[in-house]
Order: sequence, then C-alpha cells, then structure tokens
Amino acid sequence: MNFIFSIVLSSVVVLILVLIPWIGVGALKLDTLFGIIIPYIALFVFFAGIIGRVIGWARSPVPFRIPTTAGQQWSLPWIRRSPLENPKSTAGVVGRMIFEVLTFRSLFRNTKLQFRSGFRIGYEWEKWLWLFALAFHYSFLVVLIRHLRFFTEPIPGFVNLIEQLDGLMQTGVAPVEGFMLPSVMISGFVLLGAVTLLVLRRILIPQVNYVSLPGDYFPLFLITAIGLTGVLMRYVLKVDIVSVKELTMGLVTFRPSIPYEIGVLFYIHLFLVSVLIAYIPFSKITHMAGVFLSPTRNLSNNSRFVRHINPWSYPVPVHTYDEYEEEFRDKMIAVGLPVEKMPEEEAGSAEEEKE
Amino acid sequence: MYDGGKIITGLVIGVGLLLFPVFYNAGKAAKAPERVLTEKAKAAQKCVEPISFMKTEHMKMLDEWRQQVVRDDVRYYKSTSGKEYYKGLQTTCLDCHSNKSKFCDQCHDYVGVDPYCWDCHIEPKENQ
Repeated sequence: MNFIFSIVLSSVVVLILVLIPWIGVGALKLDTLFGIIIPYIALFVFFAGIIGRVIGWARSPVPFRIPTTAGQQWSLPWIRRSPLENPKSTAGVVGRMIFEVLTFRSLFRNTKLQFRSGFRIGYEWEKWLWLFALAFHYSFLVVLIRHLRFFTEPIPGFVNLIEQLDGLMQTGVAPVEGFMLPSVMISGFVLLGAVTLLVLRRILIPQVNYVSLPGDYFPLFLITAIGLTGVLMRYVLKVDIVSVKELTMGLVTFRPSIPYEIGVLFYIHLFLVSVLIAYIPFSKITHMAGVFLSPTRNLSNNSRFVRHINPWSYPVPVHTYDEYEEEFRDKMIAVGLPVEKMPEEEAGSAEEEKE
Repeated sequence: MYDGGKIITGLVIGVGLLLFPVFYNAGKAAKAPERVLTEKAKAAQKCVEPISFMKTEHMKMLDEWRQQVVRDDVRYYKSTSGKEYYKGLQTTCLDCHSNKSKFCDQCHDYVGVDPYCWDCHIEPKENQ
C-alpha cells in the first residue's frame, strides 16, 4: 500500500475521531454518551478482547521449540554458555523475559546492514529504535500512573511521588507568565517527542516505510492526538479538573454521573482514549499481552535433552525394524540376509561353520 | 489449553493490575468536595473574575500576578467587569477566602495538586 495513502487515511480517521465528540458534546450535548456509555463499552471491549486473544494464543499448540538462540547454548562444561540469550531452563527464560519486557533487549540487538568500504558488507549497531521505544513506553507508563490521581481517592503515595519527580524541573515559574502552569510534567513532552520520532522513522527510512501500513500509522497518530489534547488541557485550554475527577471516580466506583459542564476538550481526550482502549485487542498494540506469549522469547532451548511430542500428531500404526525382523527372521536367514539378533541354535551353528 | 496454569495466572495478574482503581476504590463513594464560602465571600457575591474562569485559571492568574508585582511593580489588576483589584494573595484573595483548608486544600488534595504558595506566603490562621 502506498505510504502517502496510509498516512492520509490514518490521519483522516484520527481527525474524524476528534470531530465526533466535538460535535457530539459541543453541539448535541450528548455528555452521557461520551462521558459514561462509550468509556464503559470501550473498557468492556478491551477486557473481553484481550482475554479472548490470550485464551486464543493459549489454545494454540507450540509443538516445537522455536526460541531465538542468539548465544552459545548449554553444552560441555568448559564451553562458556549464554544463559540469557540461549536459556536452558525456566529460570533463564524468566530472566530473558524480564529483560525483554523491561529493557526491550531484542530492539537493542537491532543491527543495520550496510556496505562499509566498497562492497564489504558490515553490520552496524542501530540503537535509535531502541532508544525511542524506551522513551515512548516509559513516558507512557509515567503518564498512565500519573492519571491514577483521577481514579483513586485518596491518592496513593506513589502517584504523588511520581508526579513530583515528573515535575522536578518546576518549569511552571517562567519564562512566559502563567503559561506553563500548573507545573510542567516532563513525561508528557517526552511522550509526544518520542511518538514524533517513531512516526518520522516510519516515513524517512525507506525500508521501514515500505513495510508500514495504516495499522502502523493509526495508533501513532491516535496517541499523538491523545497526548496533544492532554497537554492542551493541562496548560492552555484548561478544564475544571475537580469535575473531571468527579466523573472518573463515578466510572471506577460504578456510580457514574455527569458533573456540571466540563470543557469539550476533555470529552475529545476521553473519546480518543476510549477508542485506543477498545482498539488495543484488535491491533498491534495487543503486544502488551502478546510479548509474554511469544514463543521465540518464552521457550527454553532444551530440544537436545527433552523430548517434545507434537500434540496433534496422528497416531500412526508403526512397524519398527525390531518387529519386522522378528516376523521375517527365519526367511532372512534362509536367504542369507544379515540380521541383528541370531536365534540361539543358529548362532551356535554359525560359529561352528566359521571354525 | 497449553501451559494453561501459567497463562491464566499471568492473565489474572495483568487484569488485576489494570483494574487496580476499581479494587482500590471498592465500596467508597468518593464525593467531590464542596467548595465552602465564608460569609464575607458570600456577601461579596462575585470574585475577581467569573467563577468558571476562576475555577480553571486561578493558578495562571496567581502566577501572572506574582510576576507582575515582583518583577514589574504593577500592583493593580483591572477585571473584565471593570473593577480594579489590588494584586495580592494574602491581602485580596484571602481577605474573602480566609478558610484555606475548606476553600483551597480540600480540592487540591482531591486532585493531587500541591501548590507551593505557602513556601513564601504566610498561611492564614483559621479561626475554627
């Protein structure tokens, strides 16, 4: 698919998604629909969808070991093995998964094929994707945890602590009077920056561009839109956050209510988040569950000492060589074919003949 | 199901983490705090600017006031209603809203905001 078409298509979809609550709440006053019904539907779709996906994966047999073996496997005691890159046991797999999930090790291993001098091929370390991904995922996590202040009462200490650390720079004070208030949260801007870099990567690197589809651009644009509405709401077009918390607390305590007048911007933000949440199970973002079930990561490389039987193997009636020889031994000996096991008397006579 | 035990355990942990706010708030009816106005504030009937503006923009206004007073020595604020106000947290705002714990802190605590006004300003002594 042409990449310009992909970009245009996904940005138009995001634009429409922004317009829906804008018109729905701004003009038609459908506060209940956008503030209560759609978020609940989105959450339901998310949980049902993600559980369905995981159960689906769990039901698929993985008959053979297919871990990526990127290091020396366990063999002789004097050969140094690589327990993380080629795990032998569950402990190794757990270590590998922890590093994979928390530090994106497989992205860190990314290399770039290129001609160094003349036609000599070289592989260069390519760390940018890893770096952007780390920045993106961790700032997203911080943003998510900070949002717990709208979903908990009283607010747990760790949320306040993270918020304080995030606002460490206290950039609210200057340079423009009253512009960066309340205090600036670094994570929001890192998130937007990282998303931009991930989009640029898809556009600018020809090979990545070639394999990018609307399904790759859409979540990035959607997250950009969510981030932008959030930042706008915090610093520029402020909304009454006490009312916002009243609504969100109503949602999590299952006593939903629509407080008096929250800005349309909030409903746009909420609607985009609802769309993202509902979209997760059916898209690539489902990797948040899938990473734990990727066979190339979570299987130990033990094919050499554990027998794995394909669960869907059809029971074939086999006739082993032992049984075959048992059946035809006399005939084989009669025509002089070699046999594995000589009958007792025959063995005796054969030896006599030799002498 | 293959490795069902492990996968279901993981799924329960994951879903449980995502549902943390639901468990955390279970059974609580967390009502938003009511703003309490002092007699003086009630009598004045209106603030420096309209209430909807004050609700969302007061922090910005206070920051601007500080900047203008401390840096530029601009002491008076002309409201959109045409009235002039002396810029001062303690002298103007707290003159009416002397009930800091009910007027300021309640909502700030509710939404997890910790403004640093009182690092420099003197907290009002509330007559309980």
